[in-house]
Amino acid sequence: MAASVRCFLRSGKVRHYSLNGYCYMMVRDALNQAMDEELERDERVFLLGEEVAQYDGAYKVSRGLWKKYGDKRIMDTPITEMGFTGIAVGAAMAGLRPICEFMTFNFSMQAIDQVINSAAKTYYMSAGRQSVPIVFRGPNGASAGVGAQHSQCFAAWYASCPGLKVVSPWSAEDAKGLLKSAIRDDNPVVFLENELMYGVPFEMSEESQSKDFTIPIGKAKVERQGTHVTLATHSRYVSFCLDAAAVLAKEGIECEVINLRTIRPLDVECIETSVMKTNHLVTVEGGWPQFGVGAEICARIMEGPAFNYLDAPATRVTGVDIPMPYAKILEDNSLPQIKDIIFSIKKTLNV
Amino acid sequence: MKNMLTTISNALCRITGRNVGAQTVSELLIDLSEYVNVTSLATPTLAQTLRQPPKPPPVGPRAPAAAQLVSAQTDRLDGPGTSVVVSRSFADFTSQATFDIKKCDVHRLEEAPPLKAELTRDQGLQYYRVMQTVRRMELKADQLYKQKIIRGFCHLYDGQEACAVGIEAAINPSDHLITAYRAHGYTYTRGIAVKEILAELTGRKGGVAKGKGGSMHMYAPHFYGGNGIVGAQVPLGAGIALACQYQGNNQVCVSLYGDGAANQGQLFEAFNMAALWKLPCVFVCENNKYGMGTSVERASASTDYYKRGDYIPGIRVDGMDVLCVREATRFAADHCRSGKGPIIMELQTYRYHGHSMSDPGVSYRTRDEIQEVRSKSDPITMLKERMLSNNMASVEEFKEIDVAIRKEVEEAAQFATSDPEPPLEELCNHLFSNDLPLEVRGTNPWVQLKSVS
Repeated sequence: MAASVRCFLRSGKVRHYSLNGYCYMMVRDALNQAMDEELERDERVFLLGEEVAQYDGAYKVSRGLWKKYGDKRIMDTPITEMGFTGIAVGAAMAGLRPICEFMTFNFSMQAIDQVINSAAKTYYMSAGRQSVPIVFRGPNGASAGVGAQHSQCFAAWYASCPGLKVVSPWSAEDAKGLLKSAIRDDNPVVFLENELMYGVPFEMSEESQSKDFTIPIGKAKVERQGTHVTLATHSRYVSFCLDAAAVLAKEGIECEVINLRTIRPLDVECIETSVMKTNHLVTVEGGWPQFGVGAEICARIMEGPAFNYLDAPATRVTGVDIPMPYAKILEDNSLPQIKDIIFSIKKTLNV
Repeated sequence: MKNMLTTISNALCRITGRNVGAQTVSELLIDLSEYVNVTSLATPTLAQTLRQPPKPPPVGPRAPAAAQLVSAQTDRLDGPGTSVVVSRSFADFTSQATFDIKKCDVHRLEEAPPLKAELTRDQGLQYYRVMQTVRRMELKADQLYKQKIIRGFCHLYDGQEACAVGIEAAINPSDHLITAYRAHGYTYTRGIAVKEILAELTGRKGGVAKGKGGSMHMYAPHFYGGNGIVGAQVPLGAGIALACQYQGNNQVCVSLYGDGAANQGQLFEAFNMAALWKLPCVFVCENNKYGMGTSVERASASTDYYKRGDYIPGIRVDGMDVLCVREATRFAADHCRSGKGPIIMELQTYRYHGHSMSDPGVSYRTRDEIQEVRSKSDPITMLKERMLSNNMASVEEFKEIDVAIRKEVEEAAQFATSDPEPPLEELCNHLFSNDLPLEVRGTNPWVQLKSVS
């Protein structure tokens, strides 16, 4: 039964389905629904990017939107990131609310000047005269077998920049609620999705099915309560941490898993409160170790009240400090696996 | 005395073009009084002139000198800031004239901007006033920079005034404009007062961006700066044009860049999308012959910047002639508004200063070259001479305007040097629009600063 449901889902014909009275939705469809609802709600909202219209989206996230809204609101662009990102930012300055899709965030590097210098800094430089209500979204981080130039995680780079908000959803509910918040936000928001999560179904709460459902940017969520160690993580690694927590629970170790949801502004309070309870901290991410999200969390914990509650130095679990290799065995060993997380937790707990 | 009367009488002949025979002192003085004008310095736009009815001259053995006659009239005048100028009366000026302007080279266009431009007296004085204000403002900035009251970057626009003024004359305030870092002139033409511009340069709280932006980051309604990254403003401009098209408001965006930026890849990306989607964008290349210290010949394989848009039509315009710029911009804006898509306008112009205040501007070009442009093609002088030789205004009137502008700029500089710097409480404000107040980390963990929208 489960296999046939999975088959049904993979065919892409079903957006959400009910099983035993619960509503399930895949991340890509949650993103689709979020955009659809916001396009309907505010006619200034429009989507542009490569293949977003007639191709239904490179990863099918914008499926059906062009058919519904047409050329004016769903725009296919040529393969010119710097150009179309600049155009999107200009449109935002002049009163529209664009959603600028990068096919992957790796390509955003070509346009990073427009994101940082034209979008992020403008409200400050103009002392509040000029706002830039724009969302930059797309898949971020490693995929599967796509090699070094297509696997970089940009969370740390964008999150270091004042004037930007950086959001990294995990579940379908996260995706929907946070994307709607990002679109309604009057500021530039970098919305980091994950390609490997697009096809993963999640339960959708009753509340999340409303057209006005939003999740506030800047607030983390405790996905699993625990007492022995705090795991601070984002995006796909929330799944890994929950899996690791399930394994460790059998050994009597209770992990508290925090889904960061937003990287900038970081919900330090949530992490601090948790650390003050568990006395141990492990951060888990897919990005590179140096100057990364985990590094920032550790620094902040050290500077704050939670430091005195740590029974051991905080540990960072990260991607390996190399460009992403191609061969499967190498790729698998370039990113944190559940066993790496379990190992790190045990080391931190000294068990 | 008789000589003096003869001189006056001959002058009258020249002015009025009639044969004034020998007259009595009284008659001569009656005539002279007809040419007494009242100009009010308080009028911000142009010199207003009032026709005074002839007044019987004071009768006496000696004819007062013209100056004394003038002062005798002064006590009739009331109102602050008025002064009396001996000049011809308003009715004697030509109210409108048509001028021949240089032909524009065109690329992929069947038509070209007109070869003649009409100029009314009012318009002429207005353009003169605005160009002169920009000129004096930039020179004042030069002065303040040398006194180290302005710091950092300062890219001056003197020499290029006809571009900013000509463009503004041809578009509406509801149209949009975006430019690069040589932006002070456009900040003024788009509506920001001189004092707010200078105060921004000196980094004071009365500056247009409250001192937080500086020279390259000044904004106004429908003016999107002031952009520091070479070429980045061009796709932004195309995006603004997209918003105009999207909203169906018949507005256009003028997106400016220099000869240096003309080789940037993102320009061609913007051109492609603008042409593809027929965006109402006028791309303007201000070709002042040098990209920083590199001449156009050393930077571009093709210096025909108006043709660089390839499939986008282009016009090459004499950027030192405000009328030429105006006519070409009108032509270009009409092209866009009629739904034909983008157009490129290359304005051939010249900057007197170096690239910025750090650049003396003479290591890559000769002083002779600068001097030659100043003497032969200065935009302000050209306009003034045109108006004078066509009886559209008097030398005195221009002097009046100059004096008024000098005063305005001086007062603005006063403000810019005396206004306080922004308070430290403002340091972290304006990070986000419409957001709840947040805390921002200071230089050390114990400093948490407040930020409001």
